[in-house]
Amino acid sequence: MEFLSFLVDGLLMGFVYGVAAIGMSLIWGVMKVINLSHNVLIVYSMFGVYLLFNTLEMNPYLAILLMAIVGLLMGILIYTVALHRVIDAPQLSTLLATFSVSMIMTGVATALWTNSPRNVDFSLGSISLGPITLPGTRVVAALVAVLAAAGLFLFLYRTRPGRYIRAVANNRMAAEMVGVPSNQILALSFGLGAMVAAISGGLIATFFPFNVLSGMNYQLKSFVVCVLGGLGNPFGALVGGLILGALEGVIPIFIETSWVPVFEFGLFVVIIIFRPSGLLGAKQ
Amino acid sequence: MKNWQKHLGLLLPVLIIVGIAVGVKLTGKPATREAFFTVLKAIALASSLNMILGYTGYVSFAHIIFFGLGGYVGFYLVSAQGWSLWLAMLAGGAAAGVLAFLLGKAILHLRGAYFALATIGVNAAMQAFVTNFEPFGGPIGMNLNFQVYQQYGGAAQALETAFYVLAGIALISVIVSYLIRTSKFGLGLLAIREDEDAAEVMGVVAPNAKTWAYVISAILPGIIGPLFFFKNGNIEPHDAFPLQSSIELIVMVMLGGYGTVLGPILGATAYQRMRGYLLTSPIFKDIQLSVAGVLLLLIVLFVPAGVVGWLRNRFPILRRVLQ
Repeated sequence: MEFLSFLVDGLLMGFVYGVAAIGMSLIWGVMKVINLSHNVLIVYSMFGVYLLFNTLEMNPYLAILLMAIVGLLMGILIYTVALHRVIDAPQLSTLLATFSVSMIMTGVATALWTNSPRNVDFSLGSISLGPITLPGTRVVAALVAVLAAAGLFLFLYRTRPGRYIRAVANNRMAAEMVGVPSNQILALSFGLGAMVAAISGGLIATFFPFNVLSGMNYQLKSFVVCVLGGLGNPFGALVGGLILGALEGVIPIFIETSWVPVFEFGLFVVIIIFRPSGLLGAKQ
Repeated sequence: MKNWQKHLGLLLPVLIIVGIAVGVKLTGKPATREAFFTVLKAIALASSLNMILGYTGYVSFAHIIFFGLGGYVGFYLVSAQGWSLWLAMLAGGAAAGVLAFLLGKAILHLRGAYFALATIGVNAAMQAFVTNFEPFGGPIGMNLNFQVYQQYGGAAQALETAFYVLAGIALISVIVSYLIRTSKFGLGLLAIREDEDAAEVMGVVAPNAKTWAYVISAILPGIIGPLFFFKNGNIEPHDAFPLQSSIELIVMVMLGGYGTVLGPILGATAYQRMRGYLLTSPIFKDIQLSVAGVLLLLIVLFVPAGVVGWLRNRFPILRRVLQ
């Protein structure tokens, strides 16, 4: 029974990891860029939710909605300023460009908010399902994560800009030839990736304490999830998130919690060595 | 040295390092010496990173693990097994070399971003592992018994010796870097950087060349690790594997000019001095990370070849001196 409740708890967390990783996977799929500014997008959203909740007493989920829009705009801005110029350069350039964004924004965040830990003091009580008792914020977070993922898929598969994004991901040159405005589409894709990262950051803030540097940890988890699900395959990222969440939930039953990262990153390295296209396989 | 004109490129790198050592000797102030200790360490580490990043074109976000692992192995041998520092440094270098060999065999077949991602994973896994590894002190790390310094003429003398030893290692790193750059082996690496498939067609055995470049680039940090933590007197997982430092090394290499011998030296010196200035300046001390980030972004966007690369392109006449 203990096993079951750990597993369910881990799976709920897995949805949130999955959403964070979808953002990274989408950006990789469309423009072959590993977004190393993922961490600050998560952290800024955490602090946004924290500040809106504490100063304006706004409902955290409304705050997350606002931060999602902010994330979208931040993503478009980051793409325009830092990435557009080097989008066709070797990967060293794009890695370093997004990393420099992360450095700049982390520096600003540290100056504004210091390193001290924060938490959003918000509770939805707990929900009992038979023998399992779960904190309400976790359950709602998983639901919001699923909604966000579903929304993104609807956007990608049911709207014109979504179709453009898939076209650019498939073959940018060919898409340009048939009149897809590829620059705007690249910026939009980066913005969408940033938006889902922001949503996951806001969700995590509703139940875990965090500080300015917390984003790094979740960024690393996003890498693991992306590689589990196959880089560039957003649906795989969601499944990868569930696998990671389940592992995180279950491993501590058998071994001390501090060993969890060793397994996570060990697994990550093993998968990237033997199956770089991911367990589920990338789309191309 | 009949063909000394051929080796003009080695002149500036050697002069800079000898200049730092002599300059510190002349001023004789411990504070200056400590400031330049970090500069020399950065020069040696950046030069070694440049061998894999600059010559071979593989972006490693985990270069610091060789420094950390070497440091841990050497520190363990000195503090728990009573080895002499010099042997421990060699052991640290050997451990780092072996790790690089195994890692190289495993992940160097990955190209571009996949390799970069794998190194991030390796860095995180390594740090997490050492944090849990009890013989190395787990999360608390290890401390050095103060008595140990007696063998090296007391703590003050040991600090001074460490500086000159480091200067020697830095000198060796830049000479090795130069020798690789000018050798046929180095030419093979540069070919891999430009186009790996074409290089293989032209007869470069890419997997071997990459692995050996990786091993050589790992040994130097592995040697410096024990020296650094011996001087510090303690070692902790957080200090030994800071992801941040791997990135700072990349910034240094990019700033000076990747793929050149002189570039990492200039980049490391400039970056460390700038960082020292920013940390003490009241205006910038809170946002020194942002300033470094802006600097990196500007280089990546507008001067991707770095200072030395830019000078070489702009003034071809200097190419002989600026290797």
